[in-house]
Amino acid sequence: MTDLLAATARRAEPARQVAARTVDLRKVYGTGDAALAALDGVSLEFVTGEFTAVMGPSGSGKSTLLHCMAALDTASSGRVYVGDTELSGLNDRKLTRLRRDKLGFVFQSYNLIPTLSARENIVLPLAIAGRRPDPAWFDEVVDAVGMRDRLEHRPHELSGGQQQRAAAARALVSKPAIVFADEPTGNLDSRAGAELLSFLRRSVDEHGQTIVMVTHDPVAAAYTDRVIFLADGKVVGDLREPTADAVLERMKHLSSAASGATGIGS
Amino acid sequence: MLRVILHNVAARKVRMLLSALAVVLGVAFVAGSFIFTDSMGRAFDGIVTGSTAEALVTPDGYEDVINDSGVVSPETLPASVVDTLSTLPQVAAADGNVEAQGVFVISKSGELVGGNGPPAFAFNFNDTVAISGNRILNLVDGDLPQGAHELLLDVDTAEKGGYRIGDEVTLATRGDQPIIHARLTGLIRFGSEDGLVGATLAIFDTEAMQAMFFDGHDVYTSIALTAADGVSQSELRDAAATALPADLVVETGDTVVEEQASGIEEMLGFVNIFLLVFAGLSMVVGAFLIVNTFSILITQRARELALLRALGASRGQVNRAVMAEAVVMGLVGSTAGVGLGYLLAVALKTVFGLVGFDIGQADLPLSSRTILISFLLGTLLSTAAAYLPARRAARVSIVEGMAGQDALTGATSRWLRLTGFVLLVGGAAVLGMGLTLGGEILLIGAGMLAILLGVTVNAALIGRPVVRAFGVAYRRLFGEVGVLATENALRNRRRTAATASALMVGLALVSLVAVLGQSAKLSTDRAIEDSLTADLMVSSATQQAFSPTYGERIKEVEGVASVAVVRTAMATLDDAAVSVVAVDPTIFGSVVDVRLDRGSLADVRGTRVVMSSSAAATHHLSVGDEFSIEVNDRLGRYVVGGLYSGTGAVSGDVLMSLDQLAAAGGDAADTMLFVLADGSVSQQAVRAGIEDVLAGDPTVNLQDQDEYADQQRAAINQLLYLIYALLALAVVIAILGVTNTLALSAVERTREIGLLRALGLARRQLRTMIRLEAIVIAVLGAVLGLVTGVCFGIALQHVVASQGVDVLGIPWLQLAGLLAMAVVVGVLAAAVPARRASRMNVLAAIAAD
Repeated sequence: MTDLLAATARRAEPARQVAARTVDLRKVYGTGDAALAALDGVSLEFVTGEFTAVMGPSGSGKSTLLHCMAALDTASSGRVYVGDTELSGLNDRKLTRLRRDKLGFVFQSYNLIPTLSARENIVLPLAIAGRRPDPAWFDEVVDAVGMRDRLEHRPHELSGGQQQRAAAARALVSKPAIVFADEPTGNLDSRAGAELLSFLRRSVDEHGQTIVMVTHDPVAAAYTDRVIFLADGKVVGDLREPTADAVLERMKHLSSAASGATGIGS
Repeated sequence: MLRVILHNVAARKVRMLLSALAVVLGVAFVAGSFIFTDSMGRAFDGIVTGSTAEALVTPDGYEDVINDSGVVSPETLPASVVDTLSTLPQVAAADGNVEAQGVFVISKSGELVGGNGPPAFAFNFNDTVAISGNRILNLVDGDLPQGAHELLLDVDTAEKGGYRIGDEVTLATRGDQPIIHARLTGLIRFGSEDGLVGATLAIFDTEAMQAMFFDGHDVYTSIALTAADGVSQSELRDAAATALPADLVVETGDTVVEEQASGIEEMLGFVNIFLLVFAGLSMVVGAFLIVNTFSILITQRARELALLRALGASRGQVNRAVMAEAVVMGLVGSTAGVGLGYLLAVALKTVFGLVGFDIGQADLPLSSRTILISFLLGTLLSTAAAYLPARRAARVSIVEGMAGQDALTGATSRWLRLTGFVLLVGGAAVLGMGLTLGGEILLIGAGMLAILLGVTVNAALIGRPVVRAFGVAYRRLFGEVGVLATENALRNRRRTAATASALMVGLALVSLVAVLGQSAKLSTDRAIEDSLTADLMVSSATQQAFSPTYGERIKEVEGVASVAVVRTAMATLDDAAVSVVAVDPTIFGSVVDVRLDRGSLADVRGTRVVMSSSAAATHHLSVGDEFSIEVNDRLGRYVVGGLYSGTGAVSGDVLMSLDQLAAAGGDAADTMLFVLADGSVSQQAVRAGIEDVLAGDPTVNLQDQDEYADQQRAAINQLLYLIYALLALAVVIAILGVTNTLALSAVERTREIGLLRALGLARRQLRTMIRLEAIVIAVLGAVLGLVTGVCFGIALQHVVASQGVDVLGIPWLQLAGLLAMAVVVGVLAAAVPARRASRMNVLAAIAAD
């Protein structure tokens, strides 16, 4: 059914480009009897300029999906495309280069190198590639996250919210094809979380950035264009124009459907 | 609690092993030194007890054969004494010994057997029984020699020389006949089972020995007494003493053994202390490594230790837990160290055997003292080094520790920084004081130690410009990877500094020695260039004197204008050893320019001699003062007639005439000949003529000025290489330290490395980053070490300037080489940590705790 939905979406808006997609993606941990499928045939498309949330109970495979798509982990079978590039054909060097040049990351915590200032952290992927940031774009991003007056501070001098906003600025400053965020608000209070999500929302609306975000939080999911629900390694739902209530409702069904799984987490 | 400790040690095997390695290497050095010198001692003891009779009669006390640098007392005992003694009822046998030194065996292929160092003896054959109950000389093959044309050799010497029974053996002596030949009639084994420690034995019959060394007079150098049944050594001695003239001395075998043993002990003590100095150095460097490792491990375990504290463990318990880990490490390290030390002793024994000090079958005794000292040192080292980290561990605030905050500390406490500064300034002041007070070696040493400690404590501060310079260069050359590497090196300055300090200590000493060595070489070169006017030199290859007939015969060679003979003797002045150089003052000035500060060479006559200015200063003597020196146990009174400042080519404390030395009891054998050509024939012709005179004798070298200078340089180099080799261990331990620090900090930064990889840092870039960090540490250590070492070298050169090292030489090329080596060391030290870090799984690293 999800394939059908995705296909319908594609037919409905043919002008839209696909930023990343997966085809029958499987990821199995362990072998033999102990084998456990974290992803069990996931086929998805992520359209350019869209903010997508991936949700599901613990163990549903949402983080694995993110890791496989972000070239941090390799799939057991199936294919992952970022743009037109298929990841399974790439060696470590090419994957590294892809991450550096095409992808942006925001993790739940430990996003910044403690020895570097906020400014240096923000331009790090570019610096690693030996490139200079576009100054106008850098200024715009920095102002958008409100880090202008904190640029010369080291991470330990920044609040958790500031650290995450610096990480978001870093993810955007290299103009990646797609940004992956792994529970970026997980360690933040609601106000700091809201600030970060508003910023991500604006980057999609104003600059056409593509973002895929794993989250537990229905409120966070409400900032997105589309929510994909996973359970037991399978896609079990796809909600457009989500509201927090709608997401919460869907999650409730999921947790009861997911054969007594532990629920939706915090 | 003990189980927690053991689990901790087991869980961190690799890391513990790396720091235990510092203990292992340090202890191995100590244990190896002790085992080796014990073994040498045993070999010498074997020789002494195997060669000493129950009582010994000598002209004037017994001379220490082994310590003796080859001077034979010319005093002898007449044969009548042997007859008198053998009639005594207490005496079972009285055997006259004729002993000579400097009788070198030349191998079949014309090489010197034994090399320079160990003595070359000639004895007469007799069947005296030693106190060990065995005969001193045991004929194991062939027949006894008869007459001057037959001899015996000890088994080892015959083998080394390639001689078999029946062969014609060539010997070099310092007598009237420099080269003699004799047929080998048999082989003997010396009284002890062990080797002769490189000494060689040539045995003739008594008449032949007397003919060769005492103009055929029926005299002996000593008499060995064997007691009749039931007569004790002291009864034997007393009986002999009453029968002997007053100027003869008789001692029991036990006394002789004791006297010799104490001499040997003293000599081996020097060897041991020499080796232990380097062992100690390795341990100090190892201590840095252990402090660092424990500090890092504790930082990493802050959370775990805080949890223990939260669960109710007291500070004392946490402290003790960490200390107990150090004890376990110390014990394990010491055990391995003793084992490795044994191997080291085997290696030392082999090396010494190769250069001529053969200790033969002597086993390598592992005494309880060696084991005790090794374990004590190893355990003390690791516990002392772990003390500060352990105390810090116990002080961890529970809340902070549980939060697992990233430690971005590294600032040295103000108190410590001040201490370092005081040490630095105070050390420099003490050093300066030592220098101005005419080279007070204690003050200078203390000053250097203080400076070294001061630099170590403040290495982070002092080294900052170096690291900054690296930052700039790295940013240019390596971009962001370079920036990250510099920041990592700066992140924990104390750790970087401690790691670098370990390398600094080793390299400071290396460069100190290099500066002194270079200065010595340049000084020698200049001394030879400035003061040596002789065309050719004949010198000894054995560091012992050679036959005076060479000088006589070279005078007759066509084209030789004059030959200036040099003889030397060791003497004592106010219980201190002084070297005496004797020359013909009328011609010596024409071959060597002796720089006289006061008086002239013409002042050397009667009881007037000239003295080196430094020796005069040491003994508080000035021109006109009287002094007494003892040569070969004979006291002579002299007057200071003049002062000279280092003769360059020939150095000595007292310069006298050949006649004066002969009168003083000096040996009539030459140590050096300076030949002046008259220009009537070509230099080559003169050389060929002299070579004819010296033909077939490998105990002497003929050299022109360049060759002579080369030889002097080579001798200095040999000493330098020995010291470098011993210092190498400290450097190796320091390199291990760099590896350890890098490996541990890579583990500490697992998540960070994961993040960098996720953000697109390639494996190669990651490896480069770690390598660059290692290079910063290594070069920082090298720069600090080289700068302090060169300063120390310059200071010490001033001290020894009066002893002939009056030209300062800084071996820039060598220092640059050391710096380049530091870069290589950095890259090598980083190899394993870099590979491990680059293989880290990105996801696992990000998720790491």
